[in-house]
Amino acid sequence: MRRADRTLGVARGLGWFSIGLGVVELLAPRALARGLGLRGQEGLIAGYGAREIATGIGILASRDPTPWIWGRVAGDALDLGTLATGLGRRRGGAGVALAAVAGVTLLDVLCARALSSRRERQPVRSFADRRGMPKTPGQMRGAASDFEVPKDFRIPEALRPWTSAA
Amino acid sequence: MRALVWHGKQDIRCDNVPDPRIEQPRDAIIKVTSCAICGSDLHLYDNFMPGMKNGDIMGHETMGIVEEVGPDCRGLKKGDRVVIPFTIICGDCDQCKRGNFSVCERSNRNKDMADKVFGHTTAGLFGYTHLTGGYPGGQAEYLRVPFADKTHIKVPQSLTDEQVLFLSDIFPTGWQAAVQCDIQPEDTVAIWGCGPVGQMAIRSAILLGARQVIAIDCVPERLSMAAAGGATTINFETESTVERLNELTKGKGPEKCIDCVGLEAHATATLDSIYDRAKQAVMLETDRPHVLREMMYVCRPAGVLSIPGVYGGLVDKIPFGMAMNKGLTFRMGQTHVNRWSDDLLRRIEQGQIDPSFVITHRIGLEQGPEMYKTFRDKLDSCIKVVIRP
Ligand SMILES: NC(=O)c1ccc[n+]([C@@H]2O[C@H](COP(=O)([O-])OP(=O)(O)OC[C@H]3O[C@@H](n4cnc5c(N)ncnc54)[C@H](O)[C@@H]3O)[C@@H](O)[C@H]2O)c1
Ligand SMILES: [Zn+2]
Ligand SMILES: [Zn+2]
Repeated sequence: MRRADRTLGVARGLGWFSIGLGVVELLAPRALARGLGLRGQEGLIAGYGAREIATGIGILASRDPTPWIWGRVAGDALDLGTLATGLGRRRGGAGVALAAVAGVTLLDVLCARALSSRRERQPVRSFADRRGMPKTPGQMRGAASDFEVPKDFRIPEALRPWTSAA
Repeated sequence: MRALVWHGKQDIRCDNVPDPRIEQPRDAIIKVTSCAICGSDLHLYDNFMPGMKNGDIMGHETMGIVEEVGPDCRGLKKGDRVVIPFTIICGDCDQCKRGNFSVCERSNRNKDMADKVFGHTTAGLFGYTHLTGGYPGGQAEYLRVPFADKTHIKVPQSLTDEQVLFLSDIFPTGWQAAVQCDIQPEDTVAIWGCGPVGQMAIRSAILLGARQVIAIDCVPERLSMAAAGGATTINFETESTVERLNELTKGKGPEKCIDCVGLEAHATATLDSIYDRAKQAVMLETDRPHVLREMMYVCRPAGVLSIPGVYGGLVDKIPFGMAMNKGLTFRMGQTHVNRWSDDLLRRIEQGQIDPSFVITHRIGLEQGPEMYKTFRDKLDSCIKVVIRP
């Protein structure tokens, strides 16, 4: 596989991961809050869930996922900050979660950078000289008006109000 | 001989395969001098078209020199230089007699299968699904042409391969797309997709006298080629297609809309695109009709939607009520190549148009597999690939 494909593959993986995580955050914010020592932050967690889902859909549905992956990087920063507030609590897996998010963040940054460089590598050619006709389009307009549209391709008179009314 | 062979999703290889032989009395074998990769091939490459089999030879834009003819192949002889239309035609069934060549009633050898799936069969096509006969295609050194006495366009030596090759498909396709609009001098024609078909449609609409042609895509180099052909361009990634179209038509919408995109429309930032992507991923829908919906919405009431873009199966959430109430006319289909080819050949000879403008890449068969990717992903400013086997 070529490098560009691999990067896109990773981006799609991150997209699905976003959606998966988002669904869990949105559906079970209370359990998560308990586990991470973030009691009282259920609303925030659900909000993050919505953000993850939106980002995931953005990554999967766009032609160029680059901005969305950078969006994930920003989201990771938010997550890390929030998790850090749970670190001091007695009960909670905030430490483990922090490590995991840090790992994903690294992957996000690498992926986003690879995508951005991919974009820069592609020079855009201009085909402004590819007219395909001997004169300017303005001069060529109607050059084929000797062509008679066959009967079975004509639009019925009744459906041409803007022309026949004139 | 060598040929580009389909082995599965995104798996096309340059293989050694047996040479084709005359199988039916009306057959001919041609030695391929030039062939091309088409946007329709991409639907097979991405496996969106049902009915492909491992080992199928790709390609339906082909030309070459007649090498051998069957005993009943009248009017064609060894050494003739011909372009082969992508639609195989018998020339004497009811549909062929009317010029509806792409729905020839006899050329599909898998007629039974097509009757079941489509209700009634359509024509046999080269290098396409088994629903349309599964005939080996022309991205190869040799091609067997069934019903060759009718399925060909003779071309004069005075024109180069590159000038006439696209008579096989994309030039007549863009032309028919414009003819389907029955263009009037006041018309604004909006064209979605600036791939090879869109480029031909733009120039056809200009030649047929449209007052304003608007072209929509997101690939800058394709937009630059569209502008060169006389179109006002809209980049749907940076501007709103609907808003711009309304602006350019004093709020009334274009009279004529052409879909030169088909079932693999890129998702845009709109909700319906995301919905299609998701449904396609879980196989509840086969085609992404984003462009169709947009055309129905923005088209002027009593306008025409012309659809050369290929669809394969099922589409969802088509606002049919809107289309009905607006009184829209729909025209679509695979192209009736031979209906237009003589006239278009004359226009090329007279210099009205030179379709070779669209070519960006020239390769040998070996580079074919790699070039499918380049073309699909629009890398290296690729717009049209010509192969010289
Ligand atoms: N009817 C026929 O007989 C016939 C013949 C040849 C090709 N086709 C079909 O015509 C279509 C175009 O063929 P091509 O060779 O030009 O292919 P292509 O893939 O090179 O071109 C498609 C273009 O559409 C653009 N596009 C994608 N999504 C879009 C959107 N939402 N809005 C606007 N533009 C969008 C792409 O960027 C691309 O430039 C394909 O579906 C092909 O199968 C039909
Ligand atoms: Zn084609
Ligand atoms: Zn026929």
